Amino acid sequence: MAKRIEISGLNAYYGKTRAIEDISMTVEPRSVTAFIGPSGCGKSTLLRTLNRMHEVIPGARVEGKVLLDDLNLYGSEVDPVAVRRAIGMVFQRPNPFPTMSIFDNVAAGLKLNGVRGRGRLGEIVEKSLRGANLWNEVKDRLNRPGAGLSGGQQQRLCIARAIAVEPQVLLMDEPCSALDPISTLAIEDLIASLKDKYTIVIVTHNMQQAARVSDTTGFFNLAAQGQPGRLVEIDDTNKIFTNPTEKATEDYITGRFG
Amino acid sequence: MTSDTLEQGATGALGGRGRRLGTGRMGDRLFGISTRGSAIVLLLIIAAIAVFLIAKAVPALKADKANFLTSQEWNPDAAEPRFGILQLAFGTLMSSLMALIIATPVAIGIALFIAFYSPRRLASGLGYVVDLLAAVPSVVYGLWGLQFFVPKMASVANFLHDDFGWIPLFGGDSVGGQSLLTAAVVLAIMILPIISSISREVFLQVPQANVEAALALGATRWEVIRMAVLPFGRSGMVSAAMLGLGRALGETIAVAMVLSTAAGISLHILRPGGNTFAANIANTFGMAGNMGRGALIASGLVLFVITLIVNMLARAIVARRKEFV
Amino acid sequence: MSTLNHQPALSGVSAGRKVKDRVVQVLVYVAFLLALIPLISVLWTVISKGLKRFDPEFFTHSMNGIGANDAGGGAYHAIIGTVEQVLLASVIAIPIGVLTAVYLVEYGRDSRLAKVVSFFVDVMTGLPSIVAGLFVLAFWLLLLGFSFSGFAGAMALSILMMPTVVRAAEEMLKLVPNDLREASFALGVPRWRTICFVVLPTAFTGIITGIMLAIARVMGETAPLLLTVFVTSAINNSPFQGPQMALPLYIFDQAGRPNDAAINRAWAAALTLIVLIMLLNLVARLIARLRKPVSR
Repeated sequence: MAKRIEISGLNAYYGKTRAIEDISMTVEPRSVTAFIGPSGCGKSTLLRTLNRMHEVIPGARVEGKVLLDDLNLYGSEVDPVAVRRAIGMVFQRPNPFPTMSIFDNVAAGLKLNGVRGRGRLGEIVEKSLRGANLWNEVKDRLNRPGAGLSGGQQQRLCIARAIAVEPQVLLMDEPCSALDPISTLAIEDLIASLKDKYTIVIVTHNMQQAARVSDTTGFFNLAAQGQPGRLVEIDDTNKIFTNPTEKATEDYITGRFG
Repeated sequence: MTSDTLEQGATGALGGRGRRLGTGRMGDRLFGISTRGSAIVLLLIIAAIAVFLIAKAVPALKADKANFLTSQEWNPDAAEPRFGILQLAFGTLMSSLMALIIATPVAIGIALFIAFYSPRRLASGLGYVVDLLAAVPSVVYGLWGLQFFVPKMASVANFLHDDFGWIPLFGGDSVGGQSLLTAAVVLAIMILPIISSISREVFLQVPQANVEAALALGATRWEVIRMAVLPFGRSGMVSAAMLGLGRALGETIAVAMVLSTAAGISLHILRPGGNTFAANIANTFGMAGNMGRGALIASGLVLFVITLIVNMLARAIVARRKEFV
Repeated sequence: MSTLNHQPALSGVSAGRKVKDRVVQVLVYVAFLLALIPLISVLWTVISKGLKRFDPEFFTHSMNGIGANDAGGGAYHAIIGTVEQVLLASVIAIPIGVLTAVYLVEYGRDSRLAKVVSFFVDVMTGLPSIVAGLFVLAFWLLLLGFSFSGFAGAMALSILMMPTVVRAAEEMLKLVPNDLREASFALGVPRWRTICFVVLPTAFTGIITGIMLAIARVMGETAPLLLTVFVTSAINNSPFQGPQMALPLYIFDQAGRPNDAAINRAWAAALTLIVLIMLLNLVARLIARLRKPVSR
């Protein structure tokens, strides 16, 4: 079920401002691809174009192509709702639905897709929570509000919610930036175990994290403040962190940046 | 700042530095007392409203030869005063509840439209348009209702009566435009802007993160609203509706103008007639004698208490929600 | 095509979900259009029918000596009455309202009195207007024995204005950044001068906006005036002696007379009243807009 993503000639705008410029790259299936780069370089924007979440911001638009296998996600006949159904997303801050129980949070996407019956739902909810390494911690309180969990548990709940609908790709937008080190470790372990099944793209500020969890790393930068972000290089994570091709990449990962 | 120190220096040179500080303290005390005093005056006014309404109502209630709560009569100025509020309470609650049933779904629809469906650039302008409904004075709604709407409602009433008369609400011997239903529709129009503007506020407070979470799961716009917006805004919408109800209960002049008051309680909402607390006060005040005025004040007191309870419930719901979120 | 799976890249959104989404969208648009119907209808009828008697005579004459079925006559006495009553109500309500708000925000923070006052301001907000009228009737007219007057009406209106003024001023005072107060205290400026010369001026335009909206609201009140001002057809310039008239009362009075001349006068008065209220609203909103760049 994991799929390849091919991005070609992608530009994204907020109103008249161009946020990212002419991005082309390939994301391999069943692997973890990390986007790194300084703040404002457009890595989160790029991530949000991959499931058409970018366009929900008023005035935002996208030019170019994103192919999921052979299907252009920005094709005229494609429904963005179907795109988001197929490509799951985990956000920077854990955002479980505050009015729903743990169970209902995980089941939320399933119910949209017509899965009915407590038994059938319960099976998938358990599977997803196990997949997110959360089952043992919450199995006795599935009917308690999801907002009552700790930050790290909430984030794993959000991951469970995202994988419950069995997406083809999982996007993660700095999923650990609001978490403590222990929760971060738990999420990183989880990412490692999820890549057998999913194509994962993760945006992170933390270079060690990128080095630890990803197979491929893309480095983004902007020429100057106010300029759109560009992809500087993308390569095997090992290569990026040990022997990058570009000088800018090396400066950034060795901390000589800016 | 420099001018300030200069000024202080000047007064200091005149030997008034200590005095100056003194006047500051004096001023502080006077100003503090006057603000506190105003707050207390406001409390006294509320207390006075309760006290004087009760003081004027009690003699009338004592003279009442009928049961004030269960009688349907209204003859306070007769030699043997007989009056009760049953039909007033019935008409008030009936018309207000019907108004609420009509207005709430429409108002929430409007709030959703402005918050999620309309183009963002137009949103505040459209909100202003709906708020214009609140700027129209109730006497103008009364005039419009009487002159324009009542004749229209008469034909609606005839249609409902002829084709749906088997439904008890639409039954009865005679139907007309000046009915409880007409009053309820006019009230609904008047409370629409309150309910929709409060609901809109609540919807705008829904965390964007939750909206995005729903979108990212592949929810359609309606599913986003059902998953993230409505559950979050539920208590806000309930209290908005309650505040609207409070407004409808106390509305006077529009109802007084639209309704052709007639005695008796009837569930036939198309029947011309029915009466409300407020309309009864407005309509019979001019002819009321001393006892009549006391009786009207007593009925006003009941209205006050009912609206107070409704409003307090609404505020309590809002307050509880604040603790949760 | 990928060899990894057999399913298509995207499974479409089911027809049922799409239909539901569409239906709700249509319902929501319909709700908005439904609200426009009465608004347009009210404004249209008021303007079209009101213009028939929107003439100089209407604004310069009273109803004195106009017979039950006569045409002519005007609302001069009602306009005078409304202006005087609303001004008097403002004179009573604005100082009490603003000072109470100052107390709630600057002095009383979290004290028991402030909590009680805040609660009862909410109670007052929900007070039916006719009950305010009944109160003045019970207290001023029946108990103290004064007669109907514009002033009695102004008292009733001021009770309705106060909570709105308090809430509006309170909101605006809360928006004044605390740094400003502390900066002023740090200069050794006494508290009352800080409030009068730093805090209130900063919140000034916002408070004015709130006050104008409160005035616009009570200007259209009819029920309390009916019990306190009564009605008259003659000009009475004194709000302190004898019954007066007011525009809302005039509309109510004329609308109750079963002839076209009276109905036309009612429409013209309704148009006058709406124009006055809309002007106040407009000015309030302009002031609010002016404020925005300043407050940044």
